[in-house]
Amino acid sequence: MSTTTSSPRRARDKGPSGWLAAPALVFFLVFAIIPLIGVVALSFTRWDGLGEIQVDGFSSWKTVLTDPVTGNALWVTAKIMFFSFIVQAPISLLLGVFTAGGQKYRAALAVLYFIPLLLSSAAVAIAYKALLDPNFGLGPGLGLPFLAQDWLGNSDLVLFVVVFVIAWQFVPFHTLIYQGGVRQIPASFYEAAQIDGAGRVQQFLHITLPQLKYTIITSSTLMVVGSLAYFDLVFVLTGGGPGYTTRLLPLHMYLTGFKANDMGAASALGVILVVIGLGLALLLQRLGGRNRNASQLEGA
Amino acid sequence: MHMNIRKLRSAAMAVSAAALTISLAACGSSGPAGSGTNADSATMWGLTGGNQPVLQKSVDAWNKAHSDETIKLDFFANDAYKTKVRTAVGAGQGPTFIYGWGGGVLKSYVDAGQVADLSDFVKQNPEVKSRYLPAVLKNGVINGKTYALPNNNVQPVVLYFNKDVFAKVGVQPPKTWDELMALVPKFKDAGIAPFSLGGQSKWPDLMWLEYLVERIGGPQVFADIAANKPNAWSNPAVTEALTKIQQLVDAGGFVNGFSSIAADSNADQALLYTGKAAMILQGGWIYQGMKKDAPDFVKSGKLGFSTFPTVSGGKGDPADVVGNPSNFWSISSKATDKQKKAALDYVKSGMFTDQNTQDLIDSGAVPVVTGIESKLAASPDKDFLTYVYGMAKNAPSFTLSWDQALSPAQGDAMLANLDQIFLKKITPEQFVSTMNATIGK
Repeated sequence: MSTTTSSPRRARDKGPSGWLAAPALVFFLVFAIIPLIGVVALSFTRWDGLGEIQVDGFSSWKTVLTDPVTGNALWVTAKIMFFSFIVQAPISLLLGVFTAGGQKYRAALAVLYFIPLLLSSAAVAIAYKALLDPNFGLGPGLGLPFLAQDWLGNSDLVLFVVVFVIAWQFVPFHTLIYQGGVRQIPASFYEAAQIDGAGRVQQFLHITLPQLKYTIITSSTLMVVGSLAYFDLVFVLTGGGPGYTTRLLPLHMYLTGFKANDMGAASALGVILVVIGLGLALLLQRLGGRNRNASQLEGA
Repeated sequence: MHMNIRKLRSAAMAVSAAALTISLAACGSSGPAGSGTNADSATMWGLTGGNQPVLQKSVDAWNKAHSDETIKLDFFANDAYKTKVRTAVGAGQGPTFIYGWGGGVLKSYVDAGQVADLSDFVKQNPEVKSRYLPAVLKNGVINGKTYALPNNNVQPVVLYFNKDVFAKVGVQPPKTWDELMALVPKFKDAGIAPFSLGGQSKWPDLMWLEYLVERIGGPQVFADIAANKPNAWSNPAVTEALTKIQQLVDAGGFVNGFSSIAADSNADQALLYTGKAAMILQGGWIYQGMKKDAPDFVKSGKLGFSTFPTVSGGKGDPADVVGNPSNFWSISSKATDKQKKAALDYVKSGMFTDQNTQDLIDSGAVPVVTGIESKLAASPDKDFLTYVYGMAKNAPSFTLSWDQALSPAQGDAMLANLDQIFLKKITPEQFVSTMNATIGK
């Protein structure tokens, strides 16, 4: 932070013009701030998407906050967030460290790992839906009874199936982030550690992990806040069912708005989603410590 | 000076970036133009599936003969369409022809002033009105005015069965609910699912509730619900129907994994014609699907069909039918005069031409027009078509699918709660009290 306390004039001469941020700010204003204001306003109205918008005070909020489905959607979202994180974070960290190595076979494997990144969520969901079909899917097709479960229709299983498919799609992305992070760590650290007699595991725990602190924060923020936006994949895969077992908050918002055509309640849910997302992002940034400009490379 | 130029340049960049985005968005919504159509052509959105080629052919023929009144046709999948059209109409971007089912959803368009009143058109063109089966027309009438006209085929819900499987197990199709329940263990012992069901799509669940309530309590039960009478869901017929559904679930009546089977992918029908399930309760339209996906099964007469069983002590007439009397065209009130004129001209003389009617019959559907008995009898699908035609024509009551008859908010709540009934997450009493709370919404 200390560098920015110098005179504004000098800062301007040194860095690029603040105007370069203008296009991004315009986009942010037009596609994020203005719609957000609109959503807050709509949450105090009654509107079926077709007729007149009627101001209706807090009644949409009352509907949303007293509806047990909202509480359930929050709980499902929290579960998906938690399980997604504890599944994805270790796998992508280890894969990232592994693929950061220079060996040829690792580069070849990395290409395979990154394939899911090329696929759209809808395509992933449709493919898994076909594979997991209890009557025509992979299990019955190959004659493997243990694979012929009712994966997407069993209330006890479906949440974990969803977590698995989400992980299958997003682990490659986080692996890529970690791979980049690991490659930034100077080799001299590891050389020094080897001279001091540190083994592989010790090197990982005492050099790689601490050096990846900010990468971990970035990746975790994306994972946690991103799990508030899982919509397309779950919508295509389960439609929120069976019952309400996978009806995530964003999905609940969509179904309330565009299936039940209650735009007021859907907007209130949207506001809740924004508040939770912002809160979590801020919290995770705090966990990283205030002084973000501190060097990670002391002693390099 | 230097700074100003830089400011100017970045401002220009921002403007051009914004312009680019907007033009990209515009490209996205307009899509590729069909042959021979232009910006002031009437627009029409249809559904993918059984009637898609028939509608495409009808519009192509129309465009060829009427280059000054062309129609631009796009197709969407059923569930996606229902969301898209409503959003588009609400945003003033809807098509000239609005495809619908009548009922409560049509009423919400009427209340919002989005669809044109066709009463005068119908009065001036009596031949349009007289071509339809009379019972079908009333679903396009709201408050005594016509807002939608039938555009394809009659779609009652039918109980289909696989004759091969019935012969193998040595049983007969059920005539009563008790017979139906007695069949369940017999099929299960033979390793065959008694009923296929596309439970993930939710609306196939509803067919069970609709028919059971109809058989137990008669058409008045749902008429009261649709009329928003207070506590109309508390009718004992509803509770009894829901209890029977849960008994059937408990008995293992539905195929393993039914709640993850989507009807949109036709996986539910596939279970029937592959012999993995003995029966399915589904709309008349799946005949078209099976004719296409399993032509040998249909042609060799292995597909059986019947009406829903009676329930002992029930008040409903066994000939009563539920389902979709037809689909409908409404005309957008926001369309230009030229588009409206083209649309009405098409409705008047482009629909149900001899060719169009014959194409519908050839696809395995029963057009909603009168005087087609001889054409149906000449079709290779005559058994099914004459059966469906008779079913629709002779029905004392033809109740529109409830999710279409009710308002969208009620329909959505009903499907979500019925799903819970099939999963046994809630009791019939909980369903009734939740649904009573939605009355008037």
